[in-house]
Amino acid sequence: MKRFLERAVKWLLTASGFVTSLVILLIIAFLFAEGAGLFSERVIEDGYVLALNRENTVKELSAAEIKAVFDEDVTNWNELGGPDMAIETFRLEDADDYFTEEQLGPQYENAGSLIAALVESRPGMIAFIPESMLPEDPSLNFIKDKTISPGEVLAGSEWFPTATPAPLFGIWPLLAGTLWVSLFAILFALPFGISIAVYMAEVASGRVRNILKPIIELLNGIPSVVYGFFGLIVIVPLLQQVFGLPVGESGLAGSIVLAIMALPTIVTVAEDAMRNCPRSLREASLALGATKWQTISRVVIPASMSGIASGVVLGIGRAIGETMAVLMVTGNAAVVPTSILEPLRTIPATIAAELGEAPAGGAHYQSLFLLGVILFFITFIINLCVEYISSRSKAKYN
Amino acid sequence: MDTKMNIQPASVFPKGYSRRKRRSQTVAFAVFRVLSLFIVLILFAILGFIIWKGAGVLSWDFLTKAPSDGMTSGGIFPAIVGTLLLMLGSAAVAFPIGIMSGVYMNEYASKTGWAVKFIRLMTNNLSGVPSIVFGLFGMALFVKYLGFGDSIIAGSLTLGLLSLPLVIRTTEEALKDIPDGIREGSLALGATKLQTIWKVVLPMGMPRIITGLILSLGRVSGETAPILFTCAAYFFPQLPTSVFDQCMALPYHLYVISTSGTDIEAQQPIAYGTALVLILIVLIISLVAGFLRRYFEKRLKIK
Repeated sequence: MKRFLERAVKWLLTASGFVTSLVILLIIAFLFAEGAGLFSERVIEDGYVLALNRENTVKELSAAEIKAVFDEDVTNWNELGGPDMAIETFRLEDADDYFTEEQLGPQYENAGSLIAALVESRPGMIAFIPESMLPEDPSLNFIKDKTISPGEVLAGSEWFPTATPAPLFGIWPLLAGTLWVSLFAILFALPFGISIAVYMAEVASGRVRNILKPIIELLNGIPSVVYGFFGLIVIVPLLQQVFGLPVGESGLAGSIVLAIMALPTIVTVAEDAMRNCPRSLREASLALGATKWQTISRVVIPASMSGIASGVVLGIGRAIGETMAVLMVTGNAAVVPTSILEPLRTIPATIAAELGEAPAGGAHYQSLFLLGVILFFITFIINLCVEYISSRSKAKYN
Repeated sequence: MDTKMNIQPASVFPKGYSRRKRRSQTVAFAVFRVLSLFIVLILFAILGFIIWKGAGVLSWDFLTKAPSDGMTSGGIFPAIVGTLLLMLGSAAVAFPIGIMSGVYMNEYASKTGWAVKFIRLMTNNLSGVPSIVFGLFGMALFVKYLGFGDSIIAGSLTLGLLSLPLVIRTTEEALKDIPDGIREGSLALGATKLQTIWKVVLPMGMPRIITGLILSLGRVSGETAPILFTCAAYFFPQLPTSVFDQCMALPYHLYVISTSGTDIEAQQPIAYGTALVLILIVLIISLVAGFLRRYFEKRLKIK
């Protein structure tokens, strides 16, 4: 009985030991399952077709081209490899401009054949209409509908998930926004983080250290939404005034908030690394007549470089994954940022802001899961880097 | 604990040092001091600002009444209850699994084997996963796949998984510092391994484990992203009656009310009040944890 219990408990403990690994696997599985679905979705909205006149030779359009056509950024078919004709766009809402209510019928029952006839009569027209509405065998050309290609998503420079007829899922603006904000956050946090770590580990007296330590911990404990709130109420208006911006919500506001949030991570890890620097190294340096500052800058810091580096990398990871604070202060404009003073949008903020509105199972929903996959892998790689760096530093002194 | 050696104080130099060396040290240390002071100022600016603006809002009614008039007046009672429920729920998920996992890592698994390395790698990775990814995962698994819907149970499970790495690490750290001699003593007296862990190792590690657990509760109380799509309700003035109900939560409430309200002006005081309550929860938790740490340390020293 007793031995059975021992064994059962051992199995139970072993099993719970592997729970975190299981969770990682499940995260990968579920995020992938939803996210990969995006690539089997069609470019053109479900149930709709893009109809062309017979004379038009254009067969295929990418999502970006479709959007350009319907936004009237492209106005001639020859820009898209077709004949030299002006482009006329037609959406279902435009039906009232072409036909009277009587012609369309009370239930729009004549709309399909009327629109088909309209497109037949106008060589340059492209119509975005439900497939079910069209009469059988209309003498029209259709844009070939493809599935969304990974290239369009990963290299696409426009994020427009609610655009019709063809939503755009280019992640580049979001990725650039994320990296841009995190980069500046780390640039701001780095001088502070390292100085505070050096100060706490090497310079400060025990009493000062005992005051600073809980302050850093507290800074780490403040919820991100409170940082976001503080940023929104204090930092955003301040930046707006100082830089004379039209809107204060900007990448800079995000980086400042993120810098404050990443500081505790950097300080804690870097300080630990410096405290673990072997005493003999320090003593040797002092014995050779170096000042305390020379010892710190030439011996302690280089010796604990890998620890400091892993602190910084961890801080970057935190900044990249941070959601709420960034969502609240960066203004969320999904454009490739050209300056840090403009509004921009990060991957986590996009997920948080849009998942609530995206219909479950649709392309938009799946694209947000794909963003989750990308985010997961970015942080996964960052964590592996940290593991590698710190395992090297351990090997050095043990 | 304090292994830092006492070298001479910063201002005192042996006679032979050149002026240049002295000056560069003085300047460098002054810079460090100023930058450290700056971070203290930032913390006090944030805390001070929110306490200053929020203190006037805080009242008994604010803490015990539901929001009313389209969230422009009334209190935040349902959000406080929701946050407490989520803290409890996530604790119920994370504490048992986390402690067991920590015990396995420190007591059963071989220290140099592949299992420990692998689990530690995975645990570290899990702790680095952004909270919004936990939110997505919780939505896909608990809300959709297991069919819990937006509910307290889905939120608690998601938050529980999020705090798991912290609990595991805490347990491991606590057990690691217990000298092997104590384990060997117990085994030598004829106790089994399980008895040793249950009667000797765990009670000795408990103080530090508890401190860590309390801190992990603090982290959970402020998390917003994981509950956005698994639990949090924009407006749910009655109290939840089962674990399958949605609930309001303080951090989500603060987010909604400060960014997308109907009447931002009228809601601002409520936002300050909510932020203050959140900060107070974090402050109280870290004070309690700090107090416990000191208390246990003293008691252990006397022993």
